[in-house]
Amino acid sequence: MSKRKREIKLFEPALVNTAIKQSFIKLSPRLMVKNPVMFTVEVGTFVMLAVVIWQMITHDATQGALWYNIVVFAILFVTVLFANFAEALAEARGKAQAESLRKTREETPAKMVVSPGDIYVKEIKVVPSSQLRLNDRFVCETGDVIPMDGEIIEGIATIDESAITGESAPVIREAGGDKSSVTGGTKVLSDRIVVQVTTQPGETFLDKMIALVEGASRQKTPNEIALTILLAAFTLIFIIVCVTLKPFADYANTPITIAAFISLFVCLIPTTIGGLLSAIGIAGMDRALRANVISKSGKAVETAGDVDVLLLDKTGTITIGNRKATHFYPAKNVAESEFIDLVVYSSLADDTPEGKSIVELAAKQSSPNSTVDQFRHQKLSVQAAPLTFIKFTAETRSSGVDLPNGTKIRKGAFDAIRNLSMKAGNGMPLEVEDRVKKISSDGGTPLVVSVDNEIKGVIELQDIIKPGIQERFARLRKMGVKTVMVTGDNPLTAKYIAEKAGVDDFIAEAKPEDKMNYIRKEQATGKLVAMMGDGTNDAPALAQADVGVAMNSGTQAAKEAGNMVDLDNDPTKLIEVVEIGKQLLITRGTLTTFSIANDVAKYFAIVPALFIASIPALQHLNIMGLKSPESAILSAIIFNAIIIPMLIPLALKGVAYKPIGASALLRRNLLIYGVGGVIVPFIGIKLIDMLLGLFM
Amino acid sequence: MNTELFGVIMTFLITLLIAFPLGKYIARVFKGERTITDFMNPVERFIFRVSGINPNASMDWKQFLKAMLSINMLWFVYAFFTLMFQDKLPLNPDGNPGQTPDLAFNTAISFLVNCNLQHYSGETGVTYFTQLFVLAFLQFVTAATGIAALVALFNGIKEKTTNNLGNFWNLLVKTTTRILLPICIVAAILLAFNGTPASFDGKDSIVTLQGDSVQVSRGPAAGFVAIKHLGTNGGGWFGANSAHPLENPNYFTAMLELILQTIIPIAMIFAMGFYIQRKKFAYVIFGVMTVGMLCLLIPTIATELHGNPAIAKLGASQATGAMEGKEVRFGPALSGYWSIITTIISTGSINSMHDSSMAISGLMQLLAMMINAFYGGCGVGILNYYIYIIIAVFISGLMVGRTPEFMGHKVEAREIKIASMVWLLSAILVKGGAALAAYMVAHHPDVAWAVKPSAWLNNPSYHGFSEMLYEFTSSNANNGSGFEGLGDNNIFWNVSTGIVLILARFIPIIGPIAIVGLLANKKFIPESPGTLRTDSLTFGAMTFAVIVIVNALSFFPALALGPIAEYFSLQ
Repeated sequence: MSKRKREIKLFEPALVNTAIKQSFIKLSPRLMVKNPVMFTVEVGTFVMLAVVIWQMITHDATQGALWYNIVVFAILFVTVLFANFAEALAEARGKAQAESLRKTREETPAKMVVSPGDIYVKEIKVVPSSQLRLNDRFVCETGDVIPMDGEIIEGIATIDESAITGESAPVIREAGGDKSSVTGGTKVLSDRIVVQVTTQPGETFLDKMIALVEGASRQKTPNEIALTILLAAFTLIFIIVCVTLKPFADYANTPITIAAFISLFVCLIPTTIGGLLSAIGIAGMDRALRANVISKSGKAVETAGDVDVLLLDKTGTITIGNRKATHFYPAKNVAESEFIDLVVYSSLADDTPEGKSIVELAAKQSSPNSTVDQFRHQKLSVQAAPLTFIKFTAETRSSGVDLPNGTKIRKGAFDAIRNLSMKAGNGMPLEVEDRVKKISSDGGTPLVVSVDNEIKGVIELQDIIKPGIQERFARLRKMGVKTVMVTGDNPLTAKYIAEKAGVDDFIAEAKPEDKMNYIRKEQATGKLVAMMGDGTNDAPALAQADVGVAMNSGTQAAKEAGNMVDLDNDPTKLIEVVEIGKQLLITRGTLTTFSIANDVAKYFAIVPALFIASIPALQHLNIMGLKSPESAILSAIIFNAIIIPMLIPLALKGVAYKPIGASALLRRNLLIYGVGGVIVPFIGIKLIDMLLGLFM
Repeated sequence: MNTELFGVIMTFLITLLIAFPLGKYIARVFKGERTITDFMNPVERFIFRVSGINPNASMDWKQFLKAMLSINMLWFVYAFFTLMFQDKLPLNPDGNPGQTPDLAFNTAISFLVNCNLQHYSGETGVTYFTQLFVLAFLQFVTAATGIAALVALFNGIKEKTTNNLGNFWNLLVKTTTRILLPICIVAAILLAFNGTPASFDGKDSIVTLQGDSVQVSRGPAAGFVAIKHLGTNGGGWFGANSAHPLENPNYFTAMLELILQTIIPIAMIFAMGFYIQRKKFAYVIFGVMTVGMLCLLIPTIATELHGNPAIAKLGASQATGAMEGKEVRFGPALSGYWSIITTIISTGSINSMHDSSMAISGLMQLLAMMINAFYGGCGVGILNYYIYIIIAVFISGLMVGRTPEFMGHKVEAREIKIASMVWLLSAILVKGGAALAAYMVAHHPDVAWAVKPSAWLNNPSYHGFSEMLYEFTSSNANNGSGFEGLGDNNIFWNVSTGIVLILARFIPIIGPIAIVGLLANKKFIPESPGTLRTDSLTFGAMTFAVIVIVNALSFFPALALGPIAEYFSLQ
C-alpha cells in the first residue's frame, strides 16, 4: 500500500494568494447577497464610507473624529474580506484537491473506433479525448492512458489505477461482470480493451464534485438553509435592537454616532458563523474528497452523519478476503508430517484462495526437505510431476489428485468424503467426526481429506477477522450506528463471525434482494441506511439506501445508483464517511454557539460606551474597565473581525468528533464553545483595549 | 421576615401539592378515561347536540387553527359591540356609560387574548352585565382556548405520525366543564366567605371614621375573581385589582389567589408527562421553569425586603422592607412573590403597585414577561416554551452531529422559519412599540390626543422609560399588568397595545401548532444511542441557556436604559 500523499497545507502560499484575490472579487454585492449576514456587514461598510466622505467634504463634527470613522470603516471592510477569504480559501483547497485528480485526465489522445455502418470494417481514428461523446467507443492497448470514464465491452486488461486511488498494485478489469468499469486517467498495463464512453464530457463524477466545491454551482444543503434562516433571524433581531436604539437614545437625550450604531450592529450579528458557514460546507466536501470519496451532493455527506444502520459485506470489510486454513487435524493413526504431505498434494492444483492458503500453512508447519518444501523451493515443478488433477465439481463436491502409483487423494466437504468412505466400507473415524462438528460450531469450514477413500484427517478453514475491526464497530455503536454484516455463509457460521467481529446483526445466505428487503424494512421504521456495493445487482439496493457508496471498480450501474463513489474501493470507507458527515454538522453547530455566545461580552463593551456620556451610572456595566467609549467600540469590532481568520483552521479541519454519546457530546461542546464563547471575548476585547491604549 | 418567607414557601408548596394530582386528572380527562367529573357528560352532550358538533371528528393543524380563529373572531365582535352599548343593556345599577370605540377595541381584545390590559376602571368603566357576560365569559373560554391548543400540541407529540391534533370544540368544551368550572365554583365559595362581594346590588355608601361619606362599589365579584386567576387572565373586578380590599380581603385569599393562578400552568406540565407518557421530559421542563422562576424571584424578594436605598439615605428606618405601593396585609415578601408569579404566568393581576417596586424587581418583572415561558399562561406557557425547545433542539442537534430532531421528527428549514418568526415577533412588538412611544415623547410631545405624550409619564427619565417598556412588554406577553403611572386611556395606547395584544396572542399559538402539525406529519425516526435525548438534564440546561441568551440579546439595551440605569443611579 503506497497511498499517495494528498495533504495540502492549511495556508499553502499559492492557495492563499488565489484566496486573497478571490476575497476581493467576492465583494460584489450580487455574490454577497447569498450570505445575508455578511451582506448586511457590507452594507454597513458602505454606509461608513459615505460618512467618511461626507465628513471630508463638510467637516461635520457631530459624527465623531474623522480618523475614528476611517478606522471603523477599515475594520468593517477587513471583516468582510476575512469572511470572503475563509470561503475563498476553502474553495481553493477543494479545487486544488479536485484539480490534482483532474490533472490526470487532461487531453489525452483517444483511439476512437469509427464504424461507418459496416460492422466488419472497423477503423480507428486518433482524436483528442475532449471530442469523445456518450456511447463513443475507443480502444486502449498496453501503455495507453485511458482517455475517459467508460465500460469495457470487449477484452480484459490489467490496469494501473494509482493515479486515482494511490494504490500501486495493478487491477484486472474485464468486459461483462462487475469489474468492467474503467476510469479516465488510469493506465493500461497489458492487453487490449474496447471501451464505451458512459458519460458526457463535463458530466463525470469528478466534474460534478469540482462543481460542488466551486461557489457558483454549490447548492445549499437543507440543513445549511435552516441554519441560514436562524442566522437571518438573529440578524433581524439585531436590526431591531439597533433601529429602536435611536428613539430610545433620543428619549435619553444621548446622541449616538452612525459609526457607533453600525459597530454595535456588526458586532452583534453572528458574523463569525456567517463568515465561516460556506467555508465549513466546502471543507466538508473537501474532507470527503481527501478520503478519496466523490460525493454527488453536499446533502449526501450530511446524510451520512445521520446514518442509523450500516450494511457491510463480510468479505473484505469484516474479514480479510477469503477463508484461510488455520489448522490440520490428522486422524488418530496418521502422522502429522504424512498428513501435511497429503494436504499439499490435494491442494497443488487448487488455485482458489482456500487452496493456496492450505499450501501456505503447510509450508509453515512442514519440516525441511519434505514434499512441501520441495515444491516451495520449486525443486519439484507441479507441471512436471506426473500427476492427474481432479477438478472440483458441484456433483462430487471434492477435488484432488491421482498419483502415478494410482493413489487417489481427495479433499472435500464432510458429507461428500464420508459418502466415499462409507461406500468403500472404511467407516468414519469418531474423532474426525467430532472435530468436524467442533469446527462447524466455531464458525469454521471443515475440509476432509481421504486417501483411497480412507479418511486421513480434517483441515480447518477459518475467516480471519480484520485486526482492529472490533474497535471500529464499538466506536460505531457509541455513535449510535447499528452494523449489519451481509454474507453468503450459512446462519451458523454467520452468527459466529458476527459475534466475533462485534456486529449487531447479520444477513446470512444473502441474496441481492435480501439486502434490498433489509434496507426497506429498516427504512420503514424511519431509520437511515447506508451501504456499499459494487455489482450491478447491488444497484437497486444502492439506490434504495439513503447513503449508497459505490466502489470505483464497480459497474457503471452501481455508480449511477449510489450517491457517492469511493475511489479506493475500500469497504471500510463507510465508517469514515459517517464521521465526516457528523463532523460537518458539529462544526456548524459549535461555531454558531460560539458566535452567539460572543455577543454577551460585546454588549458589555458597547452599551455602556454608547450611554456613558448621558447616564454615568451605566459605568457599572463596563465590567471590563475599557478605557474610553471609542476604544471600547474599536476593541469590540477588532475582536469581531480577527476572530474570523483565527477560526478558519477550525472551520476547515472541522471540530473533532468523539463518540461519547449525544448528551455527553452536547455537554462537552456546550462547555467549550458555549461557555468558552462567553469568556473568550471578554479576555480578547480587554487585551485589544489595552493595546489600543498604547496609541490612543 | 421569616414568617413572611415561610408564607411564600408554603404557598408554593401547596401549589405543587395540588398541581401534581390535578395534572394526573387533566391527563385522564383528555385521554377520555373515567374521572370523577363524568357527571358533566350530559351537559357536554347537550352542548355538542345544540351546536351540531361531532366531538370525535379529527382535525389536522389547519382545521384546528381555523376553528380556533373563527370562534375567537366571533367573540371579539360580540365583546366589542356589547362594551360599546353596555349603557343600553340591563344589570347596570350604577349607570355606567358605554365605552368609547378605541377603549372598547382595547378592552375587547384585551380579554379576548386572555389578558387584562384594563385601560378602564372596573367600578366605572363596565357594567355587571359586561363584567359577567363579556369579561368573565371570555376569561373562561380564552383560558380553555389556550389549554385546547396545548392539548393539540400534546396530540402531535404523542403519536408517531398523525394528521389528527384532536377536535378543537371537544377540547374547548371539556376544558371548561371538567377543569375550569369545578375548581372555580369551589374557589368562589371560599372567596365569598372571606368577604369578596357576591351580590347584584349597586354601590353602597358608608361613613368613614373621618366622617366622610364614601361610595363603595360591589357586585357579583367572587366568581369573577376565581376565574380571573384560574384562567390566568388577571382582569380585576375593581380598578385596583387584587390590591383592593374587597377583591383580595386577607392573607388567606392572597394565598388562595396565588395558588389558583399557578396550579393550571404547573399542572399542565405534569399532565403532559402523563398524557404523552414521557414523565421525565415533563419533570425536566418543570425543573427548568422552576429554576428560571427562582432566578427571578430571589432577587425580587431580597431587594424588596432590603428596602429602598433612597429612603435609607434619608435615615428613615425600613424594618419591613420597601412598603411603597404595597398593602400592609400582604407585606413585601408575598407582594414580591405575587409580582413574579403574575408576570411569569401572564396573569397580570396585582396585589401591589409594580410602578413602586424596586428597580431590580421591575427588571425581574420585565424579564419574566419577556421570557413568558416559566410556567406561563394557561396552555400558552408551554407553547412558548416549545418555540425555545425547537431552537435549542436545532442548535444542540448540530452540536452532536445529527440532523436535529425532536420527539422522532426532523426539525428542518420550515419549522425553523416558523419558530424564528414567532421569536422575532415578540422582539419587534416590544421594542418597536416602546421605540414608537419613546419617539412620540421625545419628538412630538404636544400631539392633540386625549392625553398629550408629554403628559403620559408620571415619572421622568429611566423610570418613565420603564413605564412605556413595561406597557408593551405586558401587552406582548398577554400579561395585562401595568406599571401604572402611565396615561394609557387614549387613542395611541388603546390602538397600539390592542394590535400588539392580538398579534402576540395568536401568532405564538399558530406557530407552535403549525410546527407540531408539520412535524407530526413527517416520518417517525426511532431513538438510537446517537439521538440527543430531550428529556435529559443536559438538554434542559441547553434550553435554559437558549432562553437566557435569546432574551438577553433581544432586550439588553432597552433594559439597560430602563431598570438597570435606574438601579445603578439609586446606589
